[in-house]
Amino acid sequence: MPRSQMTLAGWARTAPSRATVLTGDDVASDEALSEAIATAGERGVIARGLGRSYGDTAQNAGGLVVDMTARDRVHAVDASTGLVDLDAGVSLDRLMRIALPFGLWVPVLPGTRQVTIGGAIANDIHGKNHHSHGSFGDHVVSMDLLLASGEVRRLEPDGPEAELFWATVGGIGLTGIILRATIRMTHTETAYFVADTERTANLDETIERFSDGSDEAYDYSSAWFDSISTGSKLGRAALGRGSLARLDELPAKLRRDPLKFDAPTLLDLPDVFPNGLANKLTFSAIGELYYRKTKNERGQIQNLTAFYHPLDLFGDWNRAYGSKGFLQYQFIVPLDAEAEFRAIIRDIAESGHVSFLNVFKKFGEGNRAPLSFPMPGWNICVDFPIVDGLGAFCRSLDERVLAMGGRLYTAKDSRTDPATFAAMYPRLDEWRKVRDAADPDGVFASDMSRRLRLTP
Amino acid sequence: MIDAVGHPTSLLLLGGTSEIGLATAERYLEGGPVRVVLAGRQSPRLADAAARLTRAGATVETVEFDARDAAVHTEAVRKAFAGGDIDVAVVAFGVLGDQEKAWQDIDAAVELAEVNYVAAVSVGVALATEFRRQGHGHLVALSSVAAERARRSNFVYGSTKAGLDAFYTGLTEALRGEGIGVTVVRPGFVHTKMTEGLSPAPLSTTPEAVADVIVSSVASGREQAWAPAPLRFVMSALRHVPRPIFRRLPL
Repeated sequence: MPRSQMTLAGWARTAPSRATVLTGDDVASDEALSEAIATAGERGVIARGLGRSYGDTAQNAGGLVVDMTARDRVHAVDASTGLVDLDAGVSLDRLMRIALPFGLWVPVLPGTRQVTIGGAIANDIHGKNHHSHGSFGDHVVSMDLLLASGEVRRLEPDGPEAELFWATVGGIGLTGIILRATIRMTHTETAYFVADTERTANLDETIERFSDGSDEAYDYSSAWFDSISTGSKLGRAALGRGSLARLDELPAKLRRDPLKFDAPTLLDLPDVFPNGLANKLTFSAIGELYYRKTKNERGQIQNLTAFYHPLDLFGDWNRAYGSKGFLQYQFIVPLDAEAEFRAIIRDIAESGHVSFLNVFKKFGEGNRAPLSFPMPGWNICVDFPIVDGLGAFCRSLDERVLAMGGRLYTAKDSRTDPATFAAMYPRLDEWRKVRDAADPDGVFASDMSRRLRLTP
Repeated sequence: MIDAVGHPTSLLLLGGTSEIGLATAERYLEGGPVRVVLAGRQSPRLADAAARLTRAGATVETVEFDARDAAVHTEAVRKAFAGGDIDVAVVAFGVLGDQEKAWQDIDAAVELAEVNYVAAVSVGVALATEFRRQGHGHLVALSSVAAERARRSNFVYGSTKAGLDAFYTGLTEALRGEGIGVTVVRPGFVHTKMTEGLSPAPLSTTPEAVADVIVSSVASGREQAWAPAPLRFVMSALRHVPRPIFRRLPL
């Protein structure tokens, strides 16, 4: 079997490691994958999709990494039930393009469409509609999981092996390799959003908008917030909230082709950015622009890029941080921790660590998966360029997030330690029990599983 | 794994009582928990070192290792990796010896060469094997500015460090494509037990300062480092000073 050695890193381009990568025809059949698992050796195997996780979830130093993107068949689309049966390597972007003509919408979209179905399940990803539609695992009707033994199991959320299903949802690939899944899509009349945008002047107003019940009127809601300005501008935000448009809400021009895939990309950023370009000066300026361009306007019809993926206008935007890369820090804290939560936002702004891509969202109920990130609470995501002192700052944030009963998101984490992670996920032992039963020898392993000591 | 902010989960010190090595461990421990493996001869000093790091918050293991006995190096390194991945390994052992004796007494000369060079090469091969197997890791070798140009006053020591320096500089290239980093660190005069009683050279430094250089080099992937940093330019100049002048310099 031809295997190539590759250096792999996460989307934030930190902590790369070397692994044997299996791709193309070598992952095409279940038999080939079973064979790969059986001959993996002591460093184990992990599946990888499009590499959009920021940290070390989909890399496996010295071991085997199975690139699942070659398994990209969509087997069946049922327009009436909304069920789509597809391979784990299909991207959400492709699923969207295929399903839209049938009036079907991807039920949970993260900040990028360049993620695979397998990755979406393994990280139990969420989007701007978490408060109304939950996370990705909530929309999986069934999935086929290749186990360490080489067997393939069909798992269902309420089936006989529901425990393994939910350990796989959010299980960052450590229960087995997700081969195929059936997803329940959302019916839609159009591919556009009816959106309300508004600016808030400060953190009080931002929290108020998410607390006054107005969020419930929208299926999708989130905010970009200013994490650099201090004082009276602290926590000011640009909110974008909306729902999928009905056909009768579209202007006549768009009504001719309401399900058109309308998500333009302007340009791919070249890999030429020096370290240090991402600094307070540039970030403050871009932030000011972004904030000012947001108008207080109701009932706008917006396409997917404008409403949902403004970053997609710039492909490979992670390059703008230079070769040192960056660190994305996403955490959630329960709603009742509001006072300390405000203090954290203030301390981030005053820390000197600058972040531009800041997301603020109030989450709804979580699901049954022990390692699923979402829970009712305040969700914050910031990303810092790597500089001296960032590690110590993030450790201090960890302690405060933990003290509030909050946690970090595996798809973003690239630096926390085993004890902190275990304390943040009190159901970790429950997950371990199910995982260890399915894979007693620890065949599935990743750099993250070693860093956080998740597997035997 | 060394995480996104340059913090390792585990650290191996070959030369488990090395002051620079221990200062490096303490520096890392400020950034979070670290499992430290101390490889050295069983001795009260090694036990003290283990206790010191345990107090600083480390999980400490010790592995029997004698630089003078090349036959056990492979086994010692293998044992050091048995408890899990090693993210950073520091080749920190070395002896200074009596320089005047060392160029006149065969046993003294051979001992310097065996510890500082032969053992460094031997563990370097063993470490490279283990690092390649685990697919990641960073190796730090403590060279010396004495390796850059031999001086009358300590040329035997300098020659052994020159050998070490060349080996690890070459190893850096050999491991380049393997996802494994190597850093050769060249300290100047460091105030330690090894140099006690000697009169310090200009730009002398401390184990803590060398540790800072090691930590920042590992985090940034720097392959060659001087401690303190300005020595790089001093040594660059000194290397080109004609011998008749060089021998007159008060070094």
